[in-house]
Amino acid sequence: MTAAAERQARQDRQRVAFFNDPRVRSAVVQAALLAAVAWCAWIIIGNTIQNLQRSNIASGFDFIDTTAGFSLSFTLIPYSETSSYGRAIMVGFLNTLLVASTGIFAATMLGFLIGIMRLSRNWVISTIATIYIEFVRNIPLLLQIFIWYTAVLKPLPGPREAPELGLPYPSWGMALFLPLLAIGVYVLIRGYRMLPNSTGARVVLSLGFVLWLVMMWFLLNGLGLSVVEFVPMGMYLSNRGILIPEPIFEAGSQVALFAFLIALVGAWLVRRWAIKRQFDTGQQFPHVLTGLGLIVGLPLLALLLAGWPIGVEMPELRGFNFVGGANLVPEFTALFLALSIYTAAFIAEIVRAGIQAVSHGQTEAAYALGFRRGLTLRLVVIPQALRIIIPPLASQFLNLTKNSSLAVAIGYPDLVAAGGTVLNQTGQAIEIVMIWMTVYLSLSLLTSAFMNWYNSRMRLVER
Amino acid sequence: MVDMPRHDRGWVRTSDAPDKPAPGNVAGPMGWISDNLVPTWWHGLLSIAGFLFLAWVAWGVIEWGILKAAWTGEDREACMASVEGACWAYVGAKFHQFMYGFYPFSQRWRVDIVYVIGLAALVPMLIPSLPYKRENALFLLIVYPLIVLILLTGGDFDISLAVFMFVATLVGIAAVALPIASQGIEAAVRNDRLPLMLAAGGLVLWVVSWFVPPMWISIGFTTVPVLRLVVFVLFAAAAALSIAVTASRGGPGSRSAIASWVIVAVAAFATLGLLSVDFGLSTVRTDQWGGLMVTLVVAITGIVVSLPLGILLALGRRSDMPIVRLLSVIFIEIWRGVPLITVLFMSSVMLPLFLPEGVTFDKLLRALIGVALFASAYMAEVIRGGLQAIPKGQYEAASALGLSYWRSMLLIVLPQALKIVIPGIVNTFIGLFKDTTLVSIIGIFDLLGIVNASFADPNWASPQTAPTGYFFAALVFWIFCFAMSRYSIFMEDRLHTGHKR
Repeated sequence: MTAAAERQARQDRQRVAFFNDPRVRSAVVQAALLAAVAWCAWIIIGNTIQNLQRSNIASGFDFIDTTAGFSLSFTLIPYSETSSYGRAIMVGFLNTLLVASTGIFAATMLGFLIGIMRLSRNWVISTIATIYIEFVRNIPLLLQIFIWYTAVLKPLPGPREAPELGLPYPSWGMALFLPLLAIGVYVLIRGYRMLPNSTGARVVLSLGFVLWLVMMWFLLNGLGLSVVEFVPMGMYLSNRGILIPEPIFEAGSQVALFAFLIALVGAWLVRRWAIKRQFDTGQQFPHVLTGLGLIVGLPLLALLLAGWPIGVEMPELRGFNFVGGANLVPEFTALFLALSIYTAAFIAEIVRAGIQAVSHGQTEAAYALGFRRGLTLRLVVIPQALRIIIPPLASQFLNLTKNSSLAVAIGYPDLVAAGGTVLNQTGQAIEIVMIWMTVYLSLSLLTSAFMNWYNSRMRLVER
Repeated sequence: MVDMPRHDRGWVRTSDAPDKPAPGNVAGPMGWISDNLVPTWWHGLLSIAGFLFLAWVAWGVIEWGILKAAWTGEDREACMASVEGACWAYVGAKFHQFMYGFYPFSQRWRVDIVYVIGLAALVPMLIPSLPYKRENALFLLIVYPLIVLILLTGGDFDISLAVFMFVATLVGIAAVALPIASQGIEAAVRNDRLPLMLAAGGLVLWVVSWFVPPMWISIGFTTVPVLRLVVFVLFAAAAALSIAVTASRGGPGSRSAIASWVIVAVAAFATLGLLSVDFGLSTVRTDQWGGLMVTLVVAITGIVVSLPLGILLALGRRSDMPIVRLLSVIFIEIWRGVPLITVLFMSSVMLPLFLPEGVTFDKLLRALIGVALFASAYMAEVIRGGLQAIPKGQYEAASALGLSYWRSMLLIVLPQALKIVIPGIVNTFIGLFKDTTLVSIIGIFDLLGIVNASFADPNWASPQTAPTGYFFAALVFWIFCFAMSRYSIFMEDRLHTGHKR
C-alpha cells in the first residue's frame, strides 16, 4: 500500500463521524436495550420481593416436603393425602407423561391412517378423510375435551346400570357363513375380471355382493344358527370410567420379559443375517414375519412352559361401585380421545403433504424398474416422505404434550392441574411456575435438539 | 439400420398380440365412477362401506338435530319430552347470553355497532381488488381498537396527570429528534447544534437527578424537585427550538418530518382526550362481558398486538446485534415452549406479584396480555420464515441504494416477506382463535365459558342441554375457523406468483 493510499484511507475513516459508525451505533443500541431490560427486571424483582414479604410467603422450594392434604383422582404411583407436595407434583408429571405418550401413539396411528385415506383414489374414502380433517381441525381442542367428557362419557349409566360389553365370538352359523362368503368373493372377483369395461356391471356386482352377505347373515340368524355370539368379557362402560379386566402378574411371569428381550435380539440377528444374505446371494428371507413370530411367540411359549402364571382380576359390582379390575377414569379417557383425535387431523395433513411432496417421477421410475405398488411405497416413496414428515411430526408430538395441560379443565391431575392445586394452597406462584416452565421447556428443547440432529442426518447429500 | 435378426427362441413373439377391447367408460360420469368408486373389486366394497358409514353419520345428525329436536319451549319441559333430539329451545333462550354474556341489555346496541363497523372495515380489507388498503389497515389497527375500547367499556377513563405528562414527554422527545429526522444526524449536528445541546444537557441533568437528593420548590399549584424542573425547561426549550429551526428551513424533508410529527402528536393527544371524554355512555365493567363478544375481543386483541410485536421479534431474531438476537430468541422460545394455559395462569397469579402495591389489573386485561405475548412469539416465527425466504440480493440491493436499516426493511424486505407468509399468518390467527377458549379456564366467560356456565341453570337442565350447547359452540367456532382457512387457501392461490418457480 502506498503512502498516498494509506493517507486517503485514514482520511476516509476520519470523515465518518463516530455516530455514523455502524459498530458504535450497534454497541449503543445494544447497551440501551440491555439497560432497559435490566431496569425492567430490577423493578419486577423488587416488586415481587416486596409483595412476597407483605403476604408472608417464603420463597424457595422448602414447601415440597410439606404434607399436601389433598387427594388426586388418578395416580400411577402410591399417593395419599399424607404425601408431600413434591409427591403430588411427581404424580402430575407422570400423569402428563402417560396421557402424552398414549396420545402420541394413538394420534400417530390414526393420523397415518387418515392421511393415507386422504390420498386414496377412492372418492368415498378420501372424502371421509377430508370431512374428518376439516371438522376436527377447526373446532377448539378444549371444546372437544368438554364434548367427550360432559356430553359423552359423563352421561353414561352409573355402575349399577352399566351394560357389560360382549366380545364377538364365532358361533355354529359361522361354519355355514364362511363358505357363503367365499362364494360371494369368488363371484365378485371373477365378475370384475370378466367385465373390465362396464362400470354399471361392477357397481351392480358390488352392491349384489353386499346384499348377498346381509341376506345370508339374516337368513342364518333367522334359522337359529347365529353367526357370532357375544360373550361377556368383564368390560363395563359407566360414568365412573371404563372398567376392564386387569391382568395380575404372578411370580414366574418375569420369564415373559426375558423371553421378549431374547426375541428382540433374535429378531435383530435374523434381520441382519437376511439382509447380508440378500446382498451376497440375492435370495430373500421373510425376516419381518420371522421376527414378528419370534417377538410374539417366544414370550407366549415361555409363559406356557412356566404354567401360565398370569391371573385376571375381573371388575365386580359391589354396592354402588366397581371393585377390582382396571379403571380408565372418564377424565383420562376424555383427554386421551380428544388429544389423539385432534392431533391426528394435523398429522394426517402432514402425512399427506409429505407423500405428495415425493415427486411422481420417483414412483414412475420404480414402476419402470419393475417394482410392484407395495414395494414402491415401502422402498421408494415412504423413506423419502419420512424425511419431510418427521420434523413437523415431532412438533405435533410436542403440541400434543403441551395441549395435555388442558387436563386442568376436566380435573385430570396432570402436571399443571396438580401444580395449580399446590399453588392455590401454598401461594408459591413463582416456584410452581418455574417447575412448569422447566418441564415443558426441557421437553421442547429436547424435541428441537432431536429435530436438528435428524435434519442434519437426513439432509440430502448433494454434489 | 440393420435387418432385425430372425428369432427362433420360444419366448419371442412372431405374430402380433390380439387386440385388446377398446376401453369402456373413460369420460363422463360413468368414467368418473369407474375410476373413483369401482376401479377394483376391493375399492367397490370400500366405496359401499364408506357410503353406508357416511349415510349413517349424516342420518344420525339429521335425526338428532332436526327430526327429533325440540324447537320451542319455555323451560326444560320442552326438552324432556324428546330426550333423543337436540334441545334448540335452550339455545334460543340463551342465544343473547351466548352472544353478549351479561352485558346490560339496554347497552347491547354498542356491541352491535362494534360488529357493524368491524365488518364494514374488514370486508373491503379482505377483498384484494378493492383500493385504500393502507388507510383501511391503519383504521383497523389503530382507530378501530380505540372505538371498540370506548364503546364497549363506556370510555370516560380518568387519565392521570402522570400518564398525560408521560405522553407529552414522548411527543417532546420526538420533537427534539426532528432536525435529525429531516436532514440526517451528521447535518443536524453541524447545523442545529443548539437544540441538540440543550437536549443533551437535559438528559445529563435527568440522570444526575436520580442520584442527588431532591430540592423541592413550589410552583403555583404543586411542588417539584428543582433539578427536574430545570430538566423540563431544557427539554421544552430544545423541543420548541427544534420545531422552529426545522419549520424555518423548509424543503420537502423538513416539511414531511414536521407533518408526521404533528400527526403523531395530534393523534396521541386526541387518543388521550377521547379516552377521558365522557360520552354519556354508562360504564360496563369487563366482568359483565361474555360470550362470542369476549371471544372476538381476545382474538382480535391478540391479532392486532401480535402482528407488530411479531415483526419486531422476527427482525430482532435475524439482527446482526448479538444481544438483540439473544433477547429475541429467549423471549420467543420461552413463550413457544410452554403451554398457553400456564401462560394464562402466570398472567393471573404472577403478574400481580410483579406490579407495585396498589396497582391492579383487570382480569380480562391480564388474560389479554398473556394471549398477546404468546401469540407474538408464534407470529415471530411465521414472519421469520418469510424473512428467510427473501433472496439475499434484495437485502444487498437495498443497502446498495443507501437505504437505512429501517427503510430497507419497511420499503423492500417486509412487504415481500409478509406477502409470502399471509397463509402462515392466517393459520396463526386460526390457532389463536381456537386458543381463546382457554380463557374460560381462568374464569372469563368467553363463548365456551358461558355455554359451560349455562348448564348450571336448573330451568334448562336436561340430558340434551350439554350436547346441544356444545354443538352450537362447535358450529360457531367451526364457521369462523373454516372461513379463515378457506380465505388463506384463496390468498395462497392468488399469491402463487412471482418468486415461485
